[in-house]
Amino acid sequence: MSALTPDRRTRAEHLVALYPEKRSALIPICHIAQEQEGHLTDELMIEVAELVGVTPAEVQGTVSFYDMLRIEPVGKYVVSVCTNIACLLAGGEEMLEHVEKTTGTRRGGTSSDGMFTVEEAECLADCDVVPCVQINNRFVRTTTPETFDALAARLRSGETVTDIPTSGIVSRVERSVGLVADPEVVAQERSALRASDQKATS
Amino acid sequence: MPEQPESSTTVSITIDGREVVAKKGEMVIAAAENAGTYIPRFCYHPRMKPVGVCRMCLVEVDSGRGPTLQPACFIEATDQMTVVTDSEKVKKAQDGVLEFLLANHPLDCPVCDKGGECPLQDQTLAHGPGETRFIEEKRHFEKPIALSELVLLDRERCIQCSRCTRFAEEVAGEALIDFLGRGDQVEVAMFPDEPFSSYFSGNTVQICPVGALTATPYRFAARPWDLEQVETTCTGCAVGCRVAVQSSSGRLTRLLGVDADPVNHSWMCDKGRFGFEAVNGVDDGNEELALTDPTRRLTEPMVRKNGTLVPVSWSEALSAVASQLKDAKEKDPQSVGAIGGAQLTNEGAFTWTSLIKGIVGSDSVDAQLGDGLDAQLVLALPRATIDEAANACTVILLSGDLREELPVLFLRLRHSAVEAKNSLIDLGPRTSALSAVAKVRLPARPGEAPLVARALAGDVAAVTQLKGHREGHTFGDEDLASAQHLLGEDGSGVVVVIGRTSVAEDAAFVESAARILHQRYPNAKFLPALRRGNVMGALEMGMAPGILPGETSLAQPGAALRSWWPLVPGIQGKTALEQLAAFGDGSQEVLLLLGADPLADVADGALVERALRSSGSLVCVSGHGGAILERADVVLPAAVVHERAGTTTNIEGRVSRLGQKMVAPGLAWSDWMIAAELAAALGAQWEFTAVGDVTDQIAAVVQGFSGISSNALAQPATRDGVVLGSTAAPTTAGLLDPMATPGMVSAEEFGLGSYAGIVRGEEQAQAPTSGAGAPSLTTSLSSGENVISPALDNYSLRIVGTHTLYDNGANIVGSPSLSALRKVAVAMVNPYDLDRLGLATGDKAKLRSGRATIILPVEADAGVLRGTVVLNANVTVHGAERRENPLASLVDSSLPVNDVVLESL
Ligand code: SF4
Ligand code: SF4
Ligand code: FES
Ligand code: FES
Repeated sequence: MSALTPDRRTRAEHLVALYPEKRSALIPICHIAQEQEGHLTDELMIEVAELVGVTPAEVQGTVSFYDMLRIEPVGKYVVSVCTNIACLLAGGEEMLEHVEKTTGTRRGGTSSDGMFTVEEAECLADCDVVPCVQINNRFVRTTTPETFDALAARLRSGETVTDIPTSGIVSRVERSVGLVADPEVVAQERSALRASDQKATS
Repeated sequence: MPEQPESSTTVSITIDGREVVAKKGEMVIAAAENAGTYIPRFCYHPRMKPVGVCRMCLVEVDSGRGPTLQPACFIEATDQMTVVTDSEKVKKAQDGVLEFLLANHPLDCPVCDKGGECPLQDQTLAHGPGETRFIEEKRHFEKPIALSELVLLDRERCIQCSRCTRFAEEVAGEALIDFLGRGDQVEVAMFPDEPFSSYFSGNTVQICPVGALTATPYRFAARPWDLEQVETTCTGCAVGCRVAVQSSSGRLTRLLGVDADPVNHSWMCDKGRFGFEAVNGVDDGNEELALTDPTRRLTEPMVRKNGTLVPVSWSEALSAVASQLKDAKEKDPQSVGAIGGAQLTNEGAFTWTSLIKGIVGSDSVDAQLGDGLDAQLVLALPRATIDEAANACTVILLSGDLREELPVLFLRLRHSAVEAKNSLIDLGPRTSALSAVAKVRLPARPGEAPLVARALAGDVAAVTQLKGHREGHTFGDEDLASAQHLLGEDGSGVVVVIGRTSVAEDAAFVESAARILHQRYPNAKFLPALRRGNVMGALEMGMAPGILPGETSLAQPGAALRSWWPLVPGIQGKTALEQLAAFGDGSQEVLLLLGADPLADVADGALVERALRSSGSLVCVSGHGGAILERADVVLPAAVVHERAGTTTNIEGRVSRLGQKMVAPGLAWSDWMIAAELAAALGAQWEFTAVGDVTDQIAAVVQGFSGISSNALAQPATRDGVVLGSTAAPTTAGLLDPMATPGMVSAEEFGLGSYAGIVRGEEQAQAPTSGAGAPSLTTSLSSGENVISPALDNYSLRIVGTHTLYDNGANIVGSPSLSALRKVAVAMVNPYDLDRLGLATGDKAKLRSGRATIILPVEADAGVLRGTVVLNANVTVHGAERRENPLASLVDSSLPVNDVVLESL
């Protein structure tokens, strides 16, 4: 039984086929798996391990290393507030405290209604619109407590905000180009390449 | 700068102003160490790939662009490189690295098992800051957490050197632990519910440079400064790893792997490492434990009187046995026989063979228990060393799963396969731990090994025959072609690892396959994969029917032996299985069990039960209790491993020293003494006063052992032993990873019973005689029994009897830490067959053979071939009494192969 939904499983398998070393597909496949539940459950990590030919312990090691891969369950919306220098000077720390108050959870935690996870972030590379806030990895540019509260209220009311995907999704563009590789076509292309190489050298 | 020629294999570098020569490609840290300069380090391990993560080895390196600080473990020595290891800048770097490491270190040395032998302590003392500036709160973790049943982790002590995780991934091939998290939160972790249960987990504890990893049997057991140690050879299996055995307060506490370059590369398996608990025994002389309890140590001789075993004096027990032997000698030597011998030392094997063959005159001695191979063939085949197998172009695996049977040989072969040094051709009947790294898999089902060998030798008819099997052939023509290609013309550079692929089929199949391969590929060499401790030593000492010490046949005893033995048996004796049958029907009156336990070791339960019901006299020479004692007439308590000195011989024929660390409990004697006393009672005048005298006698009278005297073996150069038949002078490399073997330099000098005592002047162990196999046994290379395996009917599955490392063997059962890990019996079946029968993993099923019907849980296993069922030897069903042994109850050893019908209940 696959823990991944069938479409994700297929995407993952296509992805593995693209890499000469299976394990190179580890991180992209973790992204696919994370889309499903917002974080990588044990079952998902076991499946990823099996797909790329490593042990679950190694998948867990990789997932726990990267901030954008999550090993713990998160809320529907992950709010990241930057407290690096540019944002700090513009009140990043205060912003973070405010977000904590509005969402009703401490940094690193998830609100009891499962709506918001709050985290302190390092520079998010949007230092000219400060303090910088991201929700589910998207810049929301709510630089004042009021604008943030307004957005939070909309989200809480169940409104879908077009810019903000479900938590866990890193890339909203589902790339299909190049993802589906027919092994026969690949083999043909490779042998054609080799033949032309040989011609060139002789 | 003068240009070095391209072909040169050395470079010259300057270390602290001294010009030294280094190997090309060698890391600076190793080059410096070879030149006598020790650079401090944590993460670097000479047997693993460097990673350069701890930065402890920073030195100033100048490759022409000015000196910079660089990790010595991560930079190759290049020509004209200048290295400075003791400048102010280097000292400041070392001091800084240690200050960083200590910032997060708990400094709980007083309660840490590593305290006293800790590289972090030592290097802080030598290179680190005198005091701390760190006043912040340190990390805290729940402590300890279990990574497995044997390995515990105190996370706050970890310095993230990644030695343990790299070992798991790179050496054992089981990446069950890895770093979790990032920054100061990094910890070594397993995946939830997937513990680090590797047969090699103990190695991580040994190489951890701090006290973060501890092994349950040693945790809080001793302080390093109270330990005494002696070097010895592990006899847990026939690989013969070099180890240091340590004790404290009169109990064994720990074993450490010692780096023997030709053998174990510093590694051990957990069975070898933790099996010492069985030596300590659980009872401590406490009378409560029953004699049948395998954890009980035997401390006094016993004789059965009025139906019960009662303690008697040695002289009474010995004279009881001696009178039986004397009777037999006078009337009918064939009425006496001995089974076992792989647990003995070379000296024990030699004295026991001399007693039974040379004095009593019976040839019925067999160190193998029906689960080995024809001794004459094994000795006659051109033998490979472990190094030769590791460096061969191609290795044919015609054996059981080496990880289960000869664990460290598995590590060596896996390493060379992964490093693409050799190509493996796997002929095993089920996938093994090495199959994943094998180039080609040509599985031979039970009975098919000769056909597969013939196919490899180019016989097309054999391929046709294989295709005629009910389930078709197991490999394609391309596989066969690529395997043949790997074998080349005459097998030069090929090593065949030959063992028992299944104990439920006749050994003749593998033997005949070996002969076929030898004839077709005459330059191929063979590495015997026989499992038990000193089985090769026992065979070299003639403990098999038809042979005499020194690889000779009964008809051609060596002159020296002939003049020392009063007589040589005229008639070929019986094998272990034949002896059991003869004992059962009364034609053999005395059966000596030399450390063997047929109830556990013989894969034919009915044969054993019948033998035990006979009225003959059963003499047990053993260190441990066991169910077999219910039937024993005389019990002679023997010293076990670590309690006796002497020598042992491993699979490649390497004779190495056994160190004695403990005194045997109670009145137990060394094996050779018991034989010597019996011989004396029969009139022999051997005059052995110490084990070294026996070693010297072997050197004097056994062909092939000349030069391997006790004195020669006591030389430093022979620490790693001497390979029989090799002409290379023995050498011993230095300690490769001094951090992992603390105090090792002093082990030989200060060990309690260092073998042969004082070194009597310089003497070279000469590599003796030719390496050309056993001349008088070569007939066994061309002629052998021809067995035919009957076709498999439509309803049956053919049994593959395999071994597991954690079976009910005495070492495992007697060691509480290992005993808990024992495997339970389950029938492993191909998912296709299981489906066909409407069964699923976990279901119970009925297995019916000609011998018995038993009920076992089944398990789907894609590594099992269709039409076969895999059962482990010497394991029991969950919760069952130890004596129940499913494989043995099903198997009839007189059949060429054994089939069962599998049905749902
Ligand atoms: S547990 Fe020991 S060996 Fe493993 S990373 Fe930590 S310090 Fe190194
Ligand atoms: S592989 Fe064999 S010899 Fe080596 S440690 Fe294990 S049991 Fe002992
Ligand atoms: S400092 Fe906050 S986004 Fe760069
Ligand atoms: S960085 Fe060289 S020993 Fe760790």
